[in-house]
Amino acid sequence: MGSTVFKGGIHPDYHKELTATMAVTAMKAPEKVVIPLQQHIGAPCEPLESIEVGTEVKIGQKIAQSSGFVSAPIHASVSGKITAIGPYNHPLGRPVEAITIESDGEEKWDDSIKPAGNPDNLTAEKIREIVREAGIVGLGGATFPAHVKLSPPPEKKIDIVVINGAECEPYLTADHRVMLENPEEIVFGLKMMIKALGAEKGVIGVEDNKPDALKVLEQEVAGEDNITVASLHTKYPQGAEKMLIQVTTGRIVPAGGLPLDVGVVNHNVGTAVAITNAVREGKPLVERVLTVTGSGINRPQNLMVRVGTLVSDVLEHCGGLKEETVKLIIGGPMMGLAQPSPDIPVIKGTSGILALTGEDVYLAESSPCIRCAKCVDHCPVQLLPTSIALASEHEMFKKAEKLHAMDCFECGCCAFVCPSKIPLVQWIRIAKAEIAKANKK
Amino acid sequence: MDKKMIVSSSPHVRSIESVQSVMTDVLIALFPVALMAVLLFGYQALITMVISVVTAMLVEALWLRKKDIFNDGSAAVTGLLFAMVLPPSPPWWLVVVGAAASIIIGKQVFGGIGYNIFNPALVGRAIVLVSWGGYLAGNVWSPPQPFAFGADVSAVTGATALAGQGEALSYSLTQLFIGTVPGCLGETSALALLVGGAWLYYKGHIDWRIPLGYLGTVFVMGVIFGGGFYDNHLMTGLFHVLAGGVMLGALFMATDMVTTPVTPVGRLIFGIGCGLITMLIRIWGALPEGVTYAILLMNAVTPIIDNFTVPKQFGGVKKNA
Ligand code: SF4
Ligand code: SF4
Repeated sequence: MGSTVFKGGIHPDYHKELTATMAVTAMKAPEKVVIPLQQHIGAPCEPLESIEVGTEVKIGQKIAQSSGFVSAPIHASVSGKITAIGPYNHPLGRPVEAITIESDGEEKWDDSIKPAGNPDNLTAEKIREIVREAGIVGLGGATFPAHVKLSPPPEKKIDIVVINGAECEPYLTADHRVMLENPEEIVFGLKMMIKALGAEKGVIGVEDNKPDALKVLEQEVAGEDNITVASLHTKYPQGAEKMLIQVTTGRIVPAGGLPLDVGVVNHNVGTAVAITNAVREGKPLVERVLTVTGSGINRPQNLMVRVGTLVSDVLEHCGGLKEETVKLIIGGPMMGLAQPSPDIPVIKGTSGILALTGEDVYLAESSPCIRCAKCVDHCPVQLLPTSIALASEHEMFKKAEKLHAMDCFECGCCAFVCPSKIPLVQWIRIAKAEIAKANKK
Repeated sequence: MDKKMIVSSSPHVRSIESVQSVMTDVLIALFPVALMAVLLFGYQALITMVISVVTAMLVEALWLRKKDIFNDGSAAVTGLLFAMVLPPSPPWWLVVVGAAASIIIGKQVFGGIGYNIFNPALVGRAIVLVSWGGYLAGNVWSPPQPFAFGADVSAVTGATALAGQGEALSYSLTQLFIGTVPGCLGETSALALLVGGAWLYYKGHIDWRIPLGYLGTVFVMGVIFGGGFYDNHLMTGLFHVLAGGVMLGALFMATDMVTTPVTPVGRLIFGIGCGLITMLIRIWGALPEGVTYAILLMNAVTPIIDNFTVPKQFGGVKKNA
């Protein structure tokens, strides 16, 4: 196990030294939070009936939910008064319905927050329910509701739970810090998942550029007979679901398939901690660890931030942006989303806030493809990015589909290595959107 | 903080590699080859290379109306590669015409870098070969005056190893490896070519499939069909790898990025195809050497190869092109 290396991938400059050694500090609850009703993949939430402008809420109080199964409820992250319900800027681009709460500064937790009892006595069903009620989603950035992954269809037997501690995105160190500071919670969360799924074992995969985290976790699992820690080769995108599962279990997730097709469920380390907090203390997901970093940040650091805190407030807490900043990104530099303005809230899936100055952003124009095949050789999914992009450019979307455009998970390796600086991912995204549209009809 | 940020698609960071840096690496890879050419053939080789490179760069700059004559470096590469497939001291006008033809007919009429189908330097060579073949024929090539920089190489003539079986035997494999044999300016020294090729491989600009596919096929065909005129059949295979333009072709011409397949399997097929055609021409064809036509022919079928060798994606089961 853990001996294989996935094909393709790249070795970008990591820049993790900016924040890797900085312990997580909690940012003071802001005066105002804006909590979007869509923070996960799946059906958006609706405000509860009791929730309207003027309603007083406490921390952890559920304020919105959806009847859909693939969804995660949303909780107040400060105590105070709801001052607005309506569309607000969202990291995904389009404004989304959001609930604005003005803090009363009292930091009162809701009475409903209490432990569910001795964790050893919890049934699988109960664990799933706790996870669901806590509104936990994939904290690595995918934001898929965690309880859904813990509820596979009965015909899919899950035997391995893989915990993702790879953190392969450059700059980000939030998971790294969580591994160093909360190893016990990670392992406990993993055990809860194993129990919920009836799985046999767990593996925690960590890239070998974080030897300290590997050591801490190995000590933590020393007494466990069904949990191991896998040291992974440092290569982007090592933390991508399919690559991670390949190197930790030797199993290949089929194209278009899911990890559960090969008996695996995977979760991020942060998600494991969130599950632990929910099981032990009844705490819903109202805050998360993120990395604020990059050449444009005055005081880079790892922060515990309430969900709904405005990015502008976080930046201010970190000393503001440098004058030369040209790009503001939510997430990492490889897959994160560039933002026109910091007037957006931190959501459950926000793993980092990255500000880059001119020298770190490649701004040159693209030139024609020289067919060097570097994009082909570095694509971890073995696609032909140049051919898909060309097909997309010529609006030959059928051809793009035949070239497996839909298997692209937008890791960005192709565009990273391209000497002609062609925005390959952008072209492929266009093709994917068109193919999806055509297939819906 | 109200300043508008740049919004563009991920990834937000890029490698520092550019077309110019890639082309510069190719020029660096050609340096040992060029140096060896000058050591072997003297100052005239240098003059030939300079005329070719300068012509190619000027013609491209004029065509594109760009002031920066180095630009992305691709014209310099084409010019240098064209010189490599010329005799050491051809008439200067032939170099100028050929280098200009490489750039204009080989590249720009297709739409410039990235759009050309055929290897530009080989297009230039094919054109001068057809028009003024006498200057390129094997029996007027000068034998090298190794390490005699000032010697006038055109005063003496000799046959290349491939011009005939009799001549072939007059060169040892060691001579062929070092390059102290008559031949095109850049093709004789397998040693220098391997050094340059190794650099390209190290920099990640070529992979093993095309060179090994090419050289391997030439070797195997040489062993089986070469007639065993060297010490033994294996040596004959080695002779075919070292003699003539195969080494230059396999490492620098058949690995031209623009005109070769992008798929891994396609690259292997391309290399093997080049080897097969080269040996068909050498052994059964009317010409002594077939590298130029082999590569040009394979260039022509590159789009088809790419189409039929779409790799299976990660976790893919069905294979469809
Ligand atoms: S990396 Fe860029 S230049 Fe090279 S083949 Fe791919 S798209 Fe073309
Ligand atoms: S084609 Fe998609 S999966 Fe492949 S390297 Fe590019 S972004 Fe990544």
